[in-house]
Amino acid sequence: MKFLRKFTEKLIEGLLLISGGLTSLIVVLIVLFLFREGLGVFGSPSMENSAVLAVNKSNPVKSLTAAQVKNIFDQKITHWNEVGGTKDTIILFYIDDISVYYSDEQIGSLDSVPARLSDLIDSIPNMLAFFPRKQLAENFKGRLLPTEQITPGNFLGGKEWLPTAEPAAQLGVLPLILGTLLVSLVAILIALPLGLATAIYMGEIANEKVRRVMKPIIELLAGIPSVVYGFFGLVVIVPLIKETFGLDVGETALSGSIILAIMALPTIITISEDAMRNTPRAMKEASLALGATQWQTIYKVVIPYSASGITAAAILGIGRAVGETMAVLMVTGNASVIPHSILEPVRTIPATIAAELGEAPQGGLHYKALFALGCILFIITLLINLSVESISKRKKGHRN
Amino acid sequence: METAHDKIARSKRVRQNAAFWTFRILSIGIAGILFWILGFIVLHGIKAISWDFLTKMPTEGMTKGGIMPAIVGTLTLVAGSMVFAFPLGIMAGIYMNEYAKEGFLKRFIQVMTNNLAGIPSIVFGLFGMSLFVNKMHFGDSILAGSLTLGILVLPIVIRTTEEALKAVDDSFRIGSLALGATKWQTTSRVILPSAFPNIITGLILSIGRVSGETAPILFTCAAYFLPKLPHSIFDQVMALPYHLYVIATSGTNIEESRPIAYGTALVLIAIVLIMNILANVLRRYFGKKVKTN
Repeated sequence: MKFLRKFTEKLIEGLLLISGGLTSLIVVLIVLFLFREGLGVFGSPSMENSAVLAVNKSNPVKSLTAAQVKNIFDQKITHWNEVGGTKDTIILFYIDDISVYYSDEQIGSLDSVPARLSDLIDSIPNMLAFFPRKQLAENFKGRLLPTEQITPGNFLGGKEWLPTAEPAAQLGVLPLILGTLLVSLVAILIALPLGLATAIYMGEIANEKVRRVMKPIIELLAGIPSVVYGFFGLVVIVPLIKETFGLDVGETALSGSIILAIMALPTIITISEDAMRNTPRAMKEASLALGATQWQTIYKVVIPYSASGITAAAILGIGRAVGETMAVLMVTGNASVIPHSILEPVRTIPATIAAELGEAPQGGLHYKALFALGCILFIITLLINLSVESISKRKKGHRN
Repeated sequence: METAHDKIARSKRVRQNAAFWTFRILSIGIAGILFWILGFIVLHGIKAISWDFLTKMPTEGMTKGGIMPAIVGTLTLVAGSMVFAFPLGIMAGIYMNEYAKEGFLKRFIQVMTNNLAGIPSIVFGLFGMSLFVNKMHFGDSILAGSLTLGILVLPIVIRTTEEALKAVDDSFRIGSLALGATKWQTTSRVILPSAFPNIITGLILSIGRVSGETAPILFTCAAYFLPKLPHSIFDQVMALPYHLYVIATSGTNIEESRPIAYGTALVLIAIVLIMNILANVLRRYFGKKVKTN
């Protein structure tokens, strides 16, 4: 009997320990799955494997970057010397153009297309041909032109995000990162003064009755689902911005920032109010006893004392804004270009994942790139959490 | 005759009044934002709400009809995620507050739980898709969606349980142990019952959170349009937040489906509001009860 009881005690403790460790396991799993898919993007060529670029054997160009390929096919680059080759004009060739060079009789059956392609590329030295890999002849007389591999450098520094572009996907996350930062920072600039004012009012000025009304209001503000914020932004804020600034479209970075500011308010208010309430009573009373007014006490004693808590509140608010998906997706217009002002449409990292993952074929380049975006987001939030953790730890040490 | 001292005192008072009034007005402004949003959704949404709206299938490319499958879907997902998150979260909370000793392990688990709480919801969506939908072959299903949402609220459940247990006075523990009860007997018969109301309050709030999440279910279970009820946990479902997103941004006819969007937003807000009020009422009710004891 005693043994049995001891056994169940141990068993229960073990079970509890396992569930306690579960969150750590989940974090590890998230890292594992996110990074396994996301890191796959590096080292793969920026062209899907199903198509190839080919040139004449005599062409001196060894490889092209994704941006060069895009500019060539957009005809912004028209001469080989712009990409390190001869002075000649680049002759573009798509698979459909084959009827320009050969009559139907010359092509004959579909099976002879690869051989014709091979001959064509061999006969025209300045041609850049883009065709499906299955049309590649066995003894191909031209040379396949590799595109540059995706590296962390050109992934993070790339200025264009066109993941489905043909022939080469443009996977530069710079516009997305800048868009995310712009929207979040402006949101915090709006939310921080408002949030601090409310926190000071609730924590130091208002009486208990007012506090009891304000607290649930802040909680409710935090409870409203982000998609409802997004919807509200779409039908109220977006038209408002459009009219106020006389824009063509109201879906701008500013609309996103305003909605995010509202969403970050509860975080900022709750945490900074908590920090202010932790100011020792003795400190406040000493200040008042010296003849300082309540307001002088607040800005000379309470705010400096709770500075680290307020910093933590601001950082967590930024974290909330950076990771927010649905509301931003609905109001910022989703243009993946580097933003020049807050009155332009932008696209953030989370919004990109939400908008594009549904259409990205599983395991493909685009899919992996979106997971890599997830990794970036994960790292940002991890850094935010750790810095908040170290701020609150430093404060604890300071008090002892 | 005003002395220099009076002047300083007055200017101090004026400055204080100016500052306090600024703060007061800004705070009222923030409360105003909430009422603006709520009022806007309620005023527009109430016109769409009817018995048919709540109990009928959507029709004509989601521009007419009801939102019943979305309501049922959201309730299913809430239930599914809670089945997963409640027991595990409460057990983890008990471990952290009652069993774990101060030290590296406890600290580590705390940091990990905090990190999990800070991960953006879209990352949970990515993770759920890659683990549950693809790796475990659950496909887009209630099961995959519930597990993803369950993981999302797990830190909240753990934290609430911990806080609730922390609020129980140590004399309860010591008294029970002194009477010869084992640790688990103390925890299960003394500590848990007195912490129960606070735990429940937290759970209600996490239900509110789960019912409004969109990003985690985008790629794990949500169906764009599925006018039938789910039959098994491997079916896709419609869900209120996703439905709102779809008809607000990419429906077949955005203008015509606006009333339905307002109605859906109202139902969604009503769920969250009811959960919040319920939690507040419970907290106050039990709070009073404890005080009178």
